Amino acid sequence: MRLLSVYLLPCLFALLGMASASLADSSAPELQVRIGYLAYTPPSGPLLSNVIPEPEDAGRRGAELAIVDSNSTGRFLKHAYSLEVVERDDGASLVAAAEALHAQGVRLFVVNAPAATLKQLSARLGDSLLFNAGSADDSLRQSQCLGNVLHSLPSRAMLADALAQFLAVRKWTRWLLISGATADDQAYAAALRRAAKRFGLQIVAQKAWSFDNDQRRSAQAEMPLFTQTAEYDVVLVADERGDFGEYLPYQTWYPRPVAGTQGLTPTGWHKSVETFGAAQLQKRFEAHAQRWMNDRDFAAWIAVRSIASAVTRLRQADAAAIRQLALSDQLPLDGFKGRKLSYRPWNGQLRQPIPLVQPRALVSTSPQEGFLHPNSELDSLGYDAPEVSCQMTAAP
Amino acid sequence: MRIALLALGIGLTLASTASKAATAYVSNEKDDSISVINLDSLEITDTLAVGMRPRGLLLSSDHKLLYICASDSDRVQVMDLASRKIVKELPSGADPEQFALHPNDRWLYISNEDDALATVVDTQTDEVLAQIDVGVEPEGMAVSPDGKWAVNTSETTNMLHWIDTSTQQLVDNTLVDQRPRFVEFDPDGTRLWASAEIGGTVTVIDVASRQVLKTLSFQIKGVHPDKVQPVGVRLSADGKLAFVALGPANHVAVLDAKTYEILDYLLVGRRVWHMAFTPDQKRLLTTNGVSGDVSVIDVDSLKVSKSIKVGRYPWGVVVTP
Repeated sequence: MRLLSVYLLPCLFALLGMASASLADSSAPELQVRIGYLAYTPPSGPLLSNVIPEPEDAGRRGAELAIVDSNSTGRFLKHAYSLEVVERDDGASLVAAAEALHAQGVRLFVVNAPAATLKQLSARLGDSLLFNAGSADDSLRQSQCLGNVLHSLPSRAMLADALAQFLAVRKWTRWLLISGATADDQAYAAALRRAAKRFGLQIVAQKAWSFDNDQRRSAQAEMPLFTQTAEYDVVLVADERGDFGEYLPYQTWYPRPVAGTQGLTPTGWHKSVETFGAAQLQKRFEAHAQRWMNDRDFAAWIAVRSIASAVTRLRQADAAAIRQLALSDQLPLDGFKGRKLSYRPWNGQLRQPIPLVQPRALVSTSPQEGFLHPNSELDSLGYDAPEVSCQMTAAP
Repeated sequence: MRIALLALGIGLTLASTASKAATAYVSNEKDDSISVINLDSLEITDTLAVGMRPRGLLLSSDHKLLYICASDSDRVQVMDLASRKIVKELPSGADPEQFALHPNDRWLYISNEDDALATVVDTQTDEVLAQIDVGVEPEGMAVSPDGKWAVNTSETTNMLHWIDTSTQQLVDNTLVDQRPRFVEFDPDGTRLWASAEIGGTVTVIDVASRQVLKTLSFQIKGVHPDKVQPVGVRLSADGKLAFVALGPANHVAVLDAKTYEILDYLLVGRRVWHMAFTPDQKRLLTTNGVSGDVSVIDVDSLKVSKSIKVGRYPWGVVVTP
């Protein structure tokens, strides 16, 4: 019912439209800021748990809302933001379309694509500034930094650290780690192993889900036997696609919670985030997209907001100048997460608190109390400066 | 806020003649209630049920009526303080959060957070006089002591919007730091103080020229700069002191309002939101959202003398003589 009432607020945007019409000076804007939104989301393949589909416009809707939000400031400053949306079914044609935009003069991009495509875009759009709102890949933040890319989506390492801190606080120190077969699942599992080591937690057993077991039984029926190992406090699951992980909760051999990609999940954004003004962002998004805002939407939203915050400060939209300001500590960003957000100068990752959620509630937010850091507790999540082996020196 | 200060003259004379204790009213955002505090005994004497998610509070100039932003009920409620009953509900627009009363005691300027609007309501006829397009997430609202200006802050647009009250038109905008939450005029109306929660600053603006005079920032030993998130601002009636509530830094900054020198940081409860002076200006009350209490600051000694448990997530506070 509450959602319904939210959907009945299309007046918000009608009013914003009217506002821009009535308030903007009749003269043309002095600064046009064109932002390219580049999306390629590979299909995930057949899934066991395919009942609830993921939104296909995740990311784009967040970028669109941020354009509306940014034009609210822009109309007073005579800055006009616009989004050029390019969505393709394969990486190569996305790169080609991005180059066409680049030829038209676009130098600011939000990218929702896998790491390999992002790397190609970074190389082809050399003098541009790209915001990675689609890949959680750790190597992009640790060993293969791209000088012209900032990351607004949290890395897998940040997510895993956020979860591990909470499990450490709860003293759930013995983990059973179950991972799927894809490269993404392996990467998520690797991030969990790193987090376990960092925070002194113990992986008592690791199992790979290949589902080459008895095909006459359902996954649900298989899980109790599959999770019969040395005793654990919690089951950690690495199944990014949502293939089998949904069947783990309540089916474990020991009566223990499930966390990771299913169960208690670390994420950049979720419907249950409501404090620090987040409720207003959620309402605006739901009125705009007719659905809940997810982590991709938030990453694309904060990417565009990062650009707009920098443009408001600089009064110009030069990609190199925006990059320089974003990597200094002089651009506090409002992400409705209770603290100002900023980009780490050593790898371009957006520092941010990570909500830990279950499907209908916020369980906790990391960093957890007591995990200290000499500069910012937010840097207890993900790769810290001394752990990074690449240089961010290359300017766009 | 300004009304409380404006009414201070009257308040002081009343206080000297009446023996009745001053009373504080605190809105509890997550309890849908108002806590009533007797300021002689510093105890809760009553808890009043009101609309959903009560936040901004203000008083009529005669202190007889309490205006309440019941945000989730989408209305402004009017409570008669003699009977402590809701006597009227004003059409406020959606999700009212903060508001300000014009010195004519009739025009109520309301921020509609979800609609990017400011609504002006006549409190006597209940008519909506105007709806003014402002930035996204309008929040803070103040009317200048001379009644000429209503100033609204917008949290996502990061601006102050200057509304000419004679025409109810938006005439100017001032860019400030990220997420401006609250505005407060000097007692003499020459300067405007605006807090920016994410920017971590307070901007002081010359009202005549609408130009920025000074941007203040705060550093508290042992508190990470990210946690310094200024919200409420209060100026003493004599124009000497400024108090800034610093949110999750759990401190109130005390400044010399003329030189902008920071005199002290006072430790209060957790996530301090808003503040109100007692009529004699000797004490300042703060609402502490997360710890669910009200801190009492002794203004002469700049010491926190007491904390009073109220409801869940206390937000606004006003004091009657």
